[in-house]
Amino acid sequence: MSDLLARLTEYRGEIVLSILETGIMMVNSMVAAVLVGLPIGTLLYLARPGGPYPRPWLHRALNTYVNVVRSVPFLLFVVALIPFTRALVGTSFGTTAASVPLAFVAAALYARFSEQTLLDVPEQTVELARSLGAGPLQLIGLFLFPEARSGLVLSLTTVTISMVSYSTIMGVVGGGGVGDFAIRYGYQTYEYDLMYTTILIMVVSVMVIQGAGTLLARIIDKRAR
Amino acid sequence: MIELRNVTKSFPQGRSTVTALTDITLTIEDHEMFGIVGESGSGKSTLLRLINHLEAPTSGTVLVDGENLGTLAPRALRERRRDIGMVFQQFNLLGNSTVFDNVARPLRLQRRRERDTVMQMLEFVKMADHHRKHPSQLSGGEKQRVAIARALSTQPRILLCDEPTSALDSGTTEEVMAILRDVRDRFGTTIILVSHELDVIKSSCDRAAVLERGRLAALTEVTPPPAQERFDSYAERAREFLG
Repeated sequence: MSDLLARLTEYRGEIVLSILETGIMMVNSMVAAVLVGLPIGTLLYLARPGGPYPRPWLHRALNTYVNVVRSVPFLLFVVALIPFTRALVGTSFGTTAASVPLAFVAAALYARFSEQTLLDVPEQTVELARSLGAGPLQLIGLFLFPEARSGLVLSLTTVTISMVSYSTIMGVVGGGGVGDFAIRYGYQTYEYDLMYTTILIMVVSVMVIQGAGTLLARIIDKRAR
Repeated sequence: MIELRNVTKSFPQGRSTVTALTDITLTIEDHEMFGIVGESGSGKSTLLRLINHLEAPTSGTVLVDGENLGTLAPRALRERRRDIGMVFQQFNLLGNSTVFDNVARPLRLQRRRERDTVMQMLEFVKMADHHRKHPSQLSGGEKQRVAIARALSTQPRILLCDEPTSALDSGTTEEVMAILRDVRDRFGTTIILVSHELDVIKSSCDRAAVLERGRLAALTEVTPPPAQERFDSYAERAREFLG
């Protein structure tokens, strides 16, 4: 035990650095999820056949895109994206570069989740907006999002947690992060106690993220249950 | 004035079509309280939704003050709809917004922030004290009163009511109907009331259309019930009705 403590102290700097790297990747993923995924999910909802603004070709294109991104095995996706990543951020190596494939996956995941959350908003809410003469942006901002907000928070929480898991692979392109630390020291140099310690760190951080998401969702949900 | 001329409405259902309304012609005058009655499936809700063009007629024309809403561009149609309030069977309140915000929502759509108008409307339906609550904290009758205040907040000239009392018990029904009669008397609003409950129509409407399987079976003047049939409390009504 004192042996572990000593090693933890020795690797303290690297552990803190890897936690920071994971944090950067999480933040980038969440930003992509909200800024890209949520609009795509909203368009999927609005443009679907039978939806408020049916646009079959747009719906089909977005739907295909989301399915493709979600179906390619993640490790393969990271590698396949290398030329694009290099063109976008100038390098294919490091934490920033690692954020690119993560951001794509996070956006696609959240697009699907937010579409499903919006589908749970009662049809009467859309009918009310139409009867009041709401335009498309008003429908979204004053009716759909306010009514769906707790579901949107919960699904963003789920996406974030999935990203913690996806980010462990990013060591492949030098992304670093907690997962990479665990694999390098735990798996590759047989320091299992270090690996289990980092796994524990990840479990705890997932629990904290989930707890915060659930709490926030409950606070902003004023509907009858 | 609202005119329907030879209106037919059918919906696609699988590979066939279902005809909801067949060749309806009728005129509703300004300031009238007009009932539409019929069994469920008779097409009465569809008829109501043709008036603010939530549904487009398959053939025939619907004119609101001489204007065919079907010919308008989306933006102009939305403008016109703001002049036609709507009240729903299930109230359709926004569960995450307060009573005040629900009533203010139609004004916000027009970028108007008129606190006083909202409070006046809530006072009119006697819900001003509840303006900070959320809909889940209200009873059915209270929810419908808030929904009426919301429909009135933009002072529409026409108010469409789709089974407004069907989710309510009889005492609350009379309370809501009294408010709707007040709306007509005080604001001169044209009210079109869809209901399957004949006594609701009889207690308040001037004329009524009777629908049967999508056809206009009758158009009749309504004879108001004797005054004492309007009860104030459930107990009073129950005693009279059962005894």
